[in-house]
Amino acid sequence: MELTFASLSEISDAVKSKKVSAKEVTAHFQSRIQALNPKLNAFTSLNQDALKDAEAIDARIAKGENVGALAGVPFGIKEMLCTKGLTTTAGSKMLSNFVPPYDATVVARLKQAGVVVMGKLNQDEFAMGSSNETSFHGNVKNPWDLERVPGGSSGGSAAAQSARLVAGTIGTDTGGSIRQPASFCGIVGVKPTYGRVSRYGIIAFASSLDQAGPMVSSVQDAALTMEAICGHDPMDSTTSQKAVPQWSKNISTNIKGMKIGVIKEYMKGGLDADVQKTFDDSLETLKKMGAEIVEVSVSMTEFAVPIYYLVATSEASSNLARYDGVRFGYRSEFKNLSSIDLEDFYGKTRGEGFGNEVKRRIMLGTYCLSSGYYDAFYNKAGQVRRLLTNQYLAAFKQCDAIVSPVTTSPAFKIGELVNDPLTMYLNDIFTTSTNLAGLPGMSVPFGMSKAGLPIGIQLTASHFEEQKMLNVAAALESVSPVKGKNPHVI
Amino acid sequence: MIDKKTIEHIAKLARLHITEAEAAQYSAQLEKVLHNFEQIAKVDTAGVEPLITPTEIEAYWRDDEAKKDFTAEEMTANAPSRTGNLFKVPPVV
Repeated sequence: MELTFASLSEISDAVKSKKVSAKEVTAHFQSRIQALNPKLNAFTSLNQDALKDAEAIDARIAKGENVGALAGVPFGIKEMLCTKGLTTTAGSKMLSNFVPPYDATVVARLKQAGVVVMGKLNQDEFAMGSSNETSFHGNVKNPWDLERVPGGSSGGSAAAQSARLVAGTIGTDTGGSIRQPASFCGIVGVKPTYGRVSRYGIIAFASSLDQAGPMVSSVQDAALTMEAICGHDPMDSTTSQKAVPQWSKNISTNIKGMKIGVIKEYMKGGLDADVQKTFDDSLETLKKMGAEIVEVSVSMTEFAVPIYYLVATSEASSNLARYDGVRFGYRSEFKNLSSIDLEDFYGKTRGEGFGNEVKRRIMLGTYCLSSGYYDAFYNKAGQVRRLLTNQYLAAFKQCDAIVSPVTTSPAFKIGELVNDPLTMYLNDIFTTSTNLAGLPGMSVPFGMSKAGLPIGIQLTASHFEEQKMLNVAAALESVSPVKGKNPHVI
Repeated sequence: MIDKKTIEHIAKLARLHITEAEAAQYSAQLEKVLHNFEQIAKVDTAGVEPLITPTEIEAYWRDDEAKKDFTAEEMTANAPSRTGNLFKVPPVV
């Protein structure tokens, strides 16, 4: 077994049957991180106890204990998730010295499944960005072309997984932050239905949109990881009490007779030629496999980007109010003052602690929630959000899953869009509506650009219908031209 | 629409010190982004209840039990400044 490219279950089975020890697996990936991370800047910190944690798993296996479905599998965790004793900065100077006293539920569940946490992965500051250029730790590079962005905000997770620095990673998705970098880096990324995954211990960005999910190398690995992290959590009252299906056992590439929707409002053109070709190829492939392509209308998607930025920035401005320099995080220097104005204390701390993109979004969100504008912006966005969601639910009465591009172009060059927030925001045009409607969404690699960059296809399904989405993705994956291709950095 | 005075007002509400250069940059960018937002004004939403939580989540309440999951030491460990188990701040009056 070539450990670098092994699936999660291959690693876990080998560890459980003692063909390889968890310690050997951990050491193997540690050496990969050491060799390749300086080129990619994907990891921001490493778990110094990873080998010890692996030994503990080996010891439990030696005693005959059941160590879980992901025994000894090395995972990288996005900086957005709290990890007990391991720095959790959310990519911000504001939290640069924050060491949580507890694990996020997602992390606790992964550990329960036997995962070895290898370290924390770089991201855009507070997950705000589509290029991983706003991190306090510097930008991450795309393993397929080091001059290009890996996508954002989960760019560290995407790059680490793509270059196989770990066997699996976790990202978070507020408006496409799992799917867009997965597409840019040629991996599989899934955002489950809103409410499937506990947000407890995940640094809050926009609470009604955020969901964590797997960023891994195959649809099967994604299903296995979701089984480990999904499910009701008493610590997050927005988690669903619905049972977690055994997606990994039920994956089928037989999509004969399935109805696959195409949103007619998305067919206006304006796509990069390589993205358009990948999308057209996916439709042809699905037809050949016996699926029926049906046109559906979700006219409100026209407004998805404005609604998204209204909701996300408003919720962010409220969530980020907790960073006041009193109980945790960065505090501005006030040593020489005997008495200061309290508002100055907060203002200076926040002005110095937050980066440019975060401040821009706090300003935008505060404006939208301020007196006189609340009804015109936030409330109106909530109303259009309901209309959009209703249209999606009606569309899913006509089809099992919807297929679309993930982004308008493959990975762009570092620095290309950083000073043009509006164009950068419009990059999220295909991904934001699934978060607004709470739908599950994923990206599966299905094309290569002429320049040799991977391109993903997005699939969505109705609430809690992840299986249908995974099956269509598995069907595309089985004939994907990206299969077997590896980034240049490997 | 977004003049310097508005930017200063918003920054004050957000408890956010911003520099002159930032104020100028944000006012131009916010103007552009808000203009884009105005598209939604044309959507007829009469009588539509705003959507906040996107999926139907069954109501769930935890038992109201006092728990001691963390010590005071753990809870104050990340404080920028502290005295014993108290958060220390500069004098504010």
